[in-house]
Amino acid sequence: MSLFAAKRRSGAIRFEDLTLGYDRHPAVHHLDGEIAAGSLTAVVGPNGAGKSTLLKAIAGALSPLDGRIRIGTGEKPRIAYLPQAADIDRAFPIAVYDLVAMGLWGRSGLFGGIGRKQQAAIGEAIAAVGLTGFERRAIGTLSGGQMQRALFARLLLQDAAIILLDEPFTAIDARTTADLLDLVRRWHAEERTVVAVLHDMEVVRRVFPETLLIAREPIAWGETASVLTPENLLEARRMIEAFDPHAAVCEKAAA
Amino acid sequence: MLYDVLIAPFADFDFMRRALVGIAALALGAGPIGVFLMLRRMSLTGDAMAHAILPGAAVGYLLYGLSLPAMTLGGLVAGFAVALLAGAVARATELREDASLAAFYLVSLALGVTIVSLKGSNVDLLHVLFGTVLALDDATLLLLAGVATITLMTLALLYRPLVLECVDPGFLRSVSRAGAMVHLLFLALVVLNLVGGFHALGTLLAVGMMMLPAASARFWTADITRLTLVATLIGIASGTVGLLISYHFGLPAGPAVILVAGGAYLLSLALGPVGGLMRLLLPVRHLEA
Repeated sequence: MSLFAAKRRSGAIRFEDLTLGYDRHPAVHHLDGEIAAGSLTAVVGPNGAGKSTLLKAIAGALSPLDGRIRIGTGEKPRIAYLPQAADIDRAFPIAVYDLVAMGLWGRSGLFGGIGRKQQAAIGEAIAAVGLTGFERRAIGTLSGGQMQRALFARLLLQDAAIILLDEPFTAIDARTTADLLDLVRRWHAEERTVVAVLHDMEVVRRVFPETLLIAREPIAWGETASVLTPENLLEARRMIEAFDPHAAVCEKAAA
Repeated sequence: MLYDVLIAPFADFDFMRRALVGIAALALGAGPIGVFLMLRRMSLTGDAMAHAILPGAAVGYLLYGLSLPAMTLGGLVAGFAVALLAGAVARATELREDASLAAFYLVSLALGVTIVSLKGSNVDLLHVLFGTVLALDDATLLLLAGVATITLMTLALLYRPLVLECVDPGFLRSVSRAGAMVHLLFLALVVLNLVGGFHALGTLLAVGMMMLPAASARFWTADITRLTLVATLIGIASGTVGLLISYHFGLPAGPAVILVAGGAYLLSLALGPVGGLMRLLLPVRHLEA
């Protein structure tokens, strides 16, 4: 397990008066705070609350409208990001093994070879998600759950200090969810920073020590039990989903 | 007898040998490019780019007549310009790449036809559009061979990011900034092959040499490596058979080659073991697990 054993306590994520959005309309409004390095945080909230937007911004795929995100101290740590609906071309003729092997990009890059040690690591990652025997299958023949297992194997190989998961267990059966949650726990034990957008409160309460409840504005953030109270959840639900096309310029931003 | 039909035309006539070499070189580069265009769902992009290189070739023709370097350079400049502009607009604005490419290539095509008609007769226009596969000189052969060499070497270097860009562009973006670069280099290869192809087959038919073998290959295998091999072989075979048919029946060579490639496509569609019609119509018993 040498490739995965590295403890990386470098992945702190700081939000400084962060506003994210599309076309000037905020989806995340004035977020302040820090996700500690090595913590395991669930991001919950109603649809349209800005959860996916927040992950996208941490991954660097969206630049803030205002404020900033500071990641790590000093050298920027590696980030692995699993989007909600990864735009993977399932019809492309590529084998599970090759899809998982993409996780090595960070080390092998454009031209680097994949040696014996890496091949062993790919095998281990595929075994860790229970897909042994599927190596040569084309990705188009996988079920939804198997595909998610393959993507988790790729995340394993990315060996990142920060792992971002956007609704990783949506439309996934209980057994696959349980297996993949074991991987999340393992990443937490290895002191990687894991942030996951989730809808299943039961899973959040059981597995995730920290929770950020967000509904455009952060509603509550901290220890899961103290965040997921009926009052907080009710307040989150009251958030207006559709944005106001005639919204005025934010006062807080001008101040 | 068989010798007369298959070998004699090439053994007896220099221009037939040259045509064969030229088309083989074209198939070597265009086959793999066509496969990647197909896998990236850009099968029609080749067609659009083929139209886009027309004004460049036409300006070269207008200034220097039927000069190989002038028309090649002009075609390359026009092709790269349209590819870069379409890519830049797609990245900077809301408009998708297919829409911006359509806009630029249509303008480019209209410009090309206007320039060609400014000077010269319809025969010249036919030459630009349909090529002169039976009149390939040394310089054109070297150009075709050079294009094939550059294409294969660049594809070998780009293979990993290109496949990644096709399968999971979002992932490539998250780990590397190479995505945009790879896409542009790939488009550059498309332009290069089309410019090479239009000397032999003309702008319209060069695309046929790219897409028909690739689409045919898809019915024989699903593996990328084998796809490129099968496409290249189908391209070379279509070229050979097409030239023979054009020789024996006095048909124009370029269209004959593409028609044979079209025949290969129909044959693959009917008989191919990977999703071909025969496979669909003759169901096999399903397995236990």
